[in-house]
Amino acid sequence: MKLFYSFLLTCIAFSAGAQDIYFTRTGKIEFHSGSSIEDIDGTNNEVSSMLNIKTGDMAFTVLVKSFHFKRALMEEHFNENYMESEKFPKASFKGKIVNMPALNVTANGSYNIQTEGELTIHGVTKKVILPGKITVSGGKVTGVSSFKILLSDYNVIIPGVVAEKFSKETEINVSCVYDPRS
Amino acid sequence: MFHVFMIPVLKKIDMQNPILRICVFISFLIIIPFLSFSQKKESEKKEIPKKESTDLMDMLEKEIASKPVTNYTTATFKTTRLINAHSIENVAGGVMDIKISHRFGELNGGFYELFGLDNASIRIGADYGITDWLMIGLGRSSYEKQYDGFLKMKFLRQSTGKKNVPLSISGFAGIYYNTLKWSEPDRENYYTSRINYAFQLLMARKFSEGFSLQLSPTLVHKNLVPLATDQNNLLSVGIGARQKITKRMSINVEYYYQIPGYKLENTVDPLSIGIDIETGGHVFQFIFTNSTGIAENQYITGTTGKWSKGDIHFGFNVARVFTLKKTKLKETK
Repeated sequence: MKLFYSFLLTCIAFSAGAQDIYFTRTGKIEFHSGSSIEDIDGTNNEVSSMLNIKTGDMAFTVLVKSFHFKRALMEEHFNENYMESEKFPKASFKGKIVNMPALNVTANGSYNIQTEGELTIHGVTKKVILPGKITVSGGKVTGVSSFKILLSDYNVIIPGVVAEKFSKETEINVSCVYDPRS
Repeated sequence: MFHVFMIPVLKKIDMQNPILRICVFISFLIIIPFLSFSQKKESEKKEIPKKESTDLMDMLEKEIASKPVTNYTTATFKTTRLINAHSIENVAGGVMDIKISHRFGELNGGFYELFGLDNASIRIGADYGITDWLMIGLGRSSYEKQYDGFLKMKFLRQSTGKKNVPLSISGFAGIYYNTLKWSEPDRENYYTSRINYAFQLLMARKFSEGFSLQLSPTLVHKNLVPLATDQNNLLSVGIGARQKITKRMSINVEYYYQIPGYKLENTVDPLSIGIDIETGGHVFQFIFTNSTGIAENQYITGTTGKWSKGDIHFGFNVARVFTLKKTKLKETK
């Protein structure tokens, strides 16, 4: 049965062009949501992502619970009060690079890109256009992106008492180093 | 460390005693439904049909599913105390939690006592997390002028995914020293007579986002008891539950059943009802209870007030958390 499944998976992988798909489990997302009063910084080093370097299709998914903070209580509040990680365990992005450059993984280079897709946070899905950059170096593909979102767009409610601890916009930095998917 | 504490105490208990054996058996019976519950969930998960697709997100989901990770349950209860009693929660490593607990007098004191507000029993304490799984605490209660110290350790954490564990288990050990003047100063008094111990096994399961349940088999050892016929080893089983009503508010109930034959004469079982309200770094707990004391040896084995007679105390716990050591965030390679 195991053999059958692995056969099946291989078939699926090949049909999508396995050699074109790059993959990581250790991508990084950081966000900064604090103001001058308090730093509210979360870091996640367990971002899973796939990138098809031919078509420019990309997918990111991350467990909300694996965001970590300097203060344990902040982490608890992030999960319990703001992101409701039990109800909405994952955040994700599914999209496509609209100006996909012709990537040659054997030649080093750097390309500015534009992605279009659906960003899902706290159970709310929004169509977004995000800027980014792809770098090819030594057979590895690195993708980075920096963008800002409004918490209110994703139904994350900040109570008035603590509102001044938060900045209006949350800055998000994504960085993934991809390996070819074997 | 906890084991070392427990061994001499357990030896003192006579396992030949049929009542004690029944108690052990009953606590096993109570655990069984917890276990079967988790198995049912596991089988449900397996039945999800596999969809074949070339969609990149589906491929990614499949790739992730091929290497499952352990998802630990967090925030089974809001703080380290359910109401009077300890919950399975610890303060995180490097975090100090200052707790001020306040119990007013009895409501049936009437207008003369302003429904109990004229009197108060207070415990001031500080808890500190040495690591995420080991915490210590010190406190002082005005009731019986008692000092206390405790140690709480996590043994098992409820989780799903790669490791499927149906419940969380913690161990608690406390020591209590009262400094009241001797009631009979003429006779020979020993300082050891002032000492009490409490040992608890805390077992809890978060059934859903809002509902958590805890069972706490408890042994309180008193070096000196009021009557010659009283036991020194007092046994009880605590049951506690919390139901969230909003994201930042919950209702809690807690009851300790004292095993007949292993309780002090003229004491009753403590029953408490409370509301937790969380605001930023503070947690406020407003409670109604029939016990005056706040430490384990006082409320579990020394409660005399009866709910039926209106011997109810209004009270509150206020907790403020201070992060003394910040966790270092791991850098990516």
